[in-house]
Amino acid sequence: MTELEKNIEIIKEISGSDPYKCMRCGKCTASCPAYSEMDIKPHQFASYIIRGDLEELIDSKAAWKCLSCFACIERCPRDVQPGKLVDATRQIVARQRGGDYLQPEEVPELLAEDLPQQLLVSAFRRYRR
Amino acid sequence: MSMNEEKKEFRPLIVAFCCNWCSYAGADLAGSSRLSYPADVKIIRVPCSGRVNPMFILRAFERGADGVIICGCHPGDCHYSTGNYYARRRMALLFSMLEYMGIENGRTRVEWCSAAEGAKFSKTMNEFCEKVKSLGENVRLGDLRCKN
Amino acid sequence: MQKIGVFVCHCGTNIAATVDVKKVVELVRYEPGVVFADDYMYMCSEAGQEKIIEAIKEYGLTGLVICSCSPRMHEKTFRACAEKAGLNPYMVEVANIREQCSWIHKDKEEATKKAVILARAAIAKVNLNTPLQEGESPVTKRALVIGGGIAGIQTALDIADAGYEVDIVEKEPSIGGRMSQFDKTFPTLDCASCILTPKMVEVNQHPNITLYTYSEVEKVSGYVGNFDVDIRKKARSVDFGKCTGCGECQTKGPLGKIGNIPSEFDRGLKNRPAIYMPFAQAVPAVPVIDRENCTYFKTGKCGVCAKICPSKAVDYEQQDEIVTVKYGAIVVATGFDIINLDKYGEYAYNECPDVITSIELERLMNAAGPTGGHLERMSDHKAPKEIVFIQCVGSRCDDDKGKPYCSKVCCMYTAKHAMLIKDHWPDTNITVFYIDVRTPGKNFDEFYRRAVEQYHVNYIKGQVGKVKPQPDGSIIVQAADLLDGKQINKKCDMVVLAAAIEPNPGVRKIATMLTASIDNNNFLTEAHAKLRPVESPTAGIFLSGMAQGPKDIPETVSQAGAAAVKVVGLLAKDKLKTNPCTAQCDTLLCNGCSTCANVCPYGAITYEDVQVNDHGLRETRRVAQVNVALCQGCGACTSACPSGAMDLQGFSNRQITTEVDAICR
Repeated sequence: MTELEKNIEIIKEISGSDPYKCMRCGKCTASCPAYSEMDIKPHQFASYIIRGDLEELIDSKAAWKCLSCFACIERCPRDVQPGKLVDATRQIVARQRGGDYLQPEEVPELLAEDLPQQLLVSAFRRYRR
Repeated sequence: MSMNEEKKEFRPLIVAFCCNWCSYAGADLAGSSRLSYPADVKIIRVPCSGRVNPMFILRAFERGADGVIICGCHPGDCHYSTGNYYARRRMALLFSMLEYMGIENGRTRVEWCSAAEGAKFSKTMNEFCEKVKSLGENVRLGDLRCKN
Repeated sequence: MQKIGVFVCHCGTNIAATVDVKKVVELVRYEPGVVFADDYMYMCSEAGQEKIIEAIKEYGLTGLVICSCSPRMHEKTFRACAEKAGLNPYMVEVANIREQCSWIHKDKEEATKKAVILARAAIAKVNLNTPLQEGESPVTKRALVIGGGIAGIQTALDIADAGYEVDIVEKEPSIGGRMSQFDKTFPTLDCASCILTPKMVEVNQHPNITLYTYSEVEKVSGYVGNFDVDIRKKARSVDFGKCTGCGECQTKGPLGKIGNIPSEFDRGLKNRPAIYMPFAQAVPAVPVIDRENCTYFKTGKCGVCAKICPSKAVDYEQQDEIVTVKYGAIVVATGFDIINLDKYGEYAYNECPDVITSIELERLMNAAGPTGGHLERMSDHKAPKEIVFIQCVGSRCDDDKGKPYCSKVCCMYTAKHAMLIKDHWPDTNITVFYIDVRTPGKNFDEFYRRAVEQYHVNYIKGQVGKVKPQPDGSIIVQAADLLDGKQINKKCDMVVLAAAIEPNPGVRKIATMLTASIDNNNFLTEAHAKLRPVESPTAGIFLSGMAQGPKDIPETVSQAGAAAVKVVGLLAKDKLKTNPCTAQCDTLLCNGCSTCANVCPYGAITYEDVQVNDHGLRETRRVAQVNVALCQGCGACTSACPSGAMDLQGFSNRQITTEVDAICR
């Protein structure tokens, strides 16, 4: 297995989604509030993963401009959940740089209790690049 | 056993259970298309792969079979709707038990083969024979009285 | 001990070229039970069969082994031959030495050896064969059709025209089903009621058809050819004999014409009174009282409808009635509904009255509908100028909200709606958001292209993300044009959702009663996806229309006809021959654990308390009973039975074991 294949497997594992299920309906792209900032549109994430264009995805603006708002995850009819794919891509980068873990003491004490945990994790992945 | 015979190539004894509606017809198609497979394979016709009682398989190994293969309709195509699903689960369990008893997984197999897949039938049988041949004679579970 | 005759066929050179036939005869002659063995050039020929018959008579044979081609080819021939000679046909076994021996092997020695082994296995099996009798069961020459939509109507008409009596059970007050709600039909744009109403009337007047409307199937027992069905005729509260269908009761009730109950037929876009006919052309034209909403039934005060009925047909005392009828065959034509859209908050269906489903649009466009055929917004009754259609709402969804399948009809009806709207109100702009446009079918793609090319309907590839109702009454639809790479915020006045279809929710209960299998989406399963598409795996149960899977009207009608032919084929028989290779329960071994009943795909196993005498010990035990008319002989129960009580005649445990032994000898 090459490094690339391994990374793609990791992305599938972290995101828990199967990019092959995507039917390019574009509901994610339609829902995306950061549409104008995205150079790769959410409905294209799955095909980037399938093709193995991971480098391009990592270097894209889209991977880091995604707001993790979860609109695409919520609405994806095929359970592909592009937001999770992008999130997993960020995780790959974080792991490559080492130190992908957050110390418990780094978590701010005052966080709204009803914030979804996934949102926090996504935000940390995004801003701790 | 004479020295002469011992030198002969090992020919496994393989029992194939084929369901009447898909695999048996697939075997017939392999025949009418003249797609050969080793004569070591002997087919027993059963109405459905779900009819194959684990006892039959144990009996075959007990009586000296070197490999047993069960062929049924493709999942979802069972003539009786669900027989092959039961067979699949039942055999998954049985084969893992057989492996525990020393009968290697390579000696047992479940394969789906439709009435239109004569080529697949022949290919499967060739592969399976090769596999069993490579594993050699089955010595486990055999009733010693049955071996000469 | 059996007296077995073995006959080895040369099949010209097909067998004889690779198998030493004479040697096979010599080697099997001394097998246990064999009293006669011979070979012949063509065993299946007239002369070959003559030879078999002679041998049966001369040697008093009790079993036959024919070493020839596949049993799938000539087993029937040889069984018939045995029967001619007075031997039970199930005492014949065929050893397949052509397809599974001579044709696939080249080495003559090897092939001969294998042929002998196959013959031995067959001989060993015949030694354990027992004469089996094909059972016979009578056929009740009457069919039941569950569901009175276009599928049920067409099936019933076709069966009735063939000369058999048919009953239709419909749970609504009128037959007609979904099709009666439609405005026009694709791809010809015929008016739906113009083509359906004559059929409804024909059903009502056909001497061979009995209608049970406002009725439900309550209980089904029996088996193919002999079903007993309990039908609950719900109290209509209107006397069928007296009512003339004048409609006075509906118009002059306490609330006049308007009523205060959302009309099911008009999908809640209009109200109806408590005494009502769902629509003007209802068949039968006899109203029902919706007792849950009727003031008289709720408070005991009112009775206005009884007073104004000129023929004194209103009868508040009527009770539900249960009739039991015998049928030979049952057709399930329970149809479909659209899915509930509660889970799709993003489309604002529950939030905004101007977001409607396609079936509501059908009612709005229908001249007999709530607006008299004027397309208007439900919020302010203004004509919409900008309409957005959203496809695949809940179809092709792999999550827990929608359905994984394509609903098949939406692409076509959306093109139809778009064209009809453009025809009537040419200044309306129409945008369709689609994922894929799927229009296979005769004249279908041409139809869709016409919407684009002639009517300039704007098709945009990209599913809608959100529908946002605005304070000013307009609606903004947020979507993306995937082909042009643009995000779109489209302002419109009306949104039409092509909601996924799903089988009628009541079908599950009916399938359970019929022991007809049903898939994960609640569609009824066919006996064979390709070759037996209108039959259920359960004998005597047939499928018609959307209950089996998504389909349009032409397909439904053709399937209805196919189901009718299958029913007629069954009813035309006086007696059904039952497969004698059925399961049997050894009551002494059975412990009544129900395992076999759980795996039986046909519901052929029931339990009964029987008195048994087990070595002098008398006791009552719960044991399995196989209904041989239902059992198809798959043997699932035999391998599932933990105590070995279940066995399959013709493929018994001992027979298969002995075959294994013969092969492994």
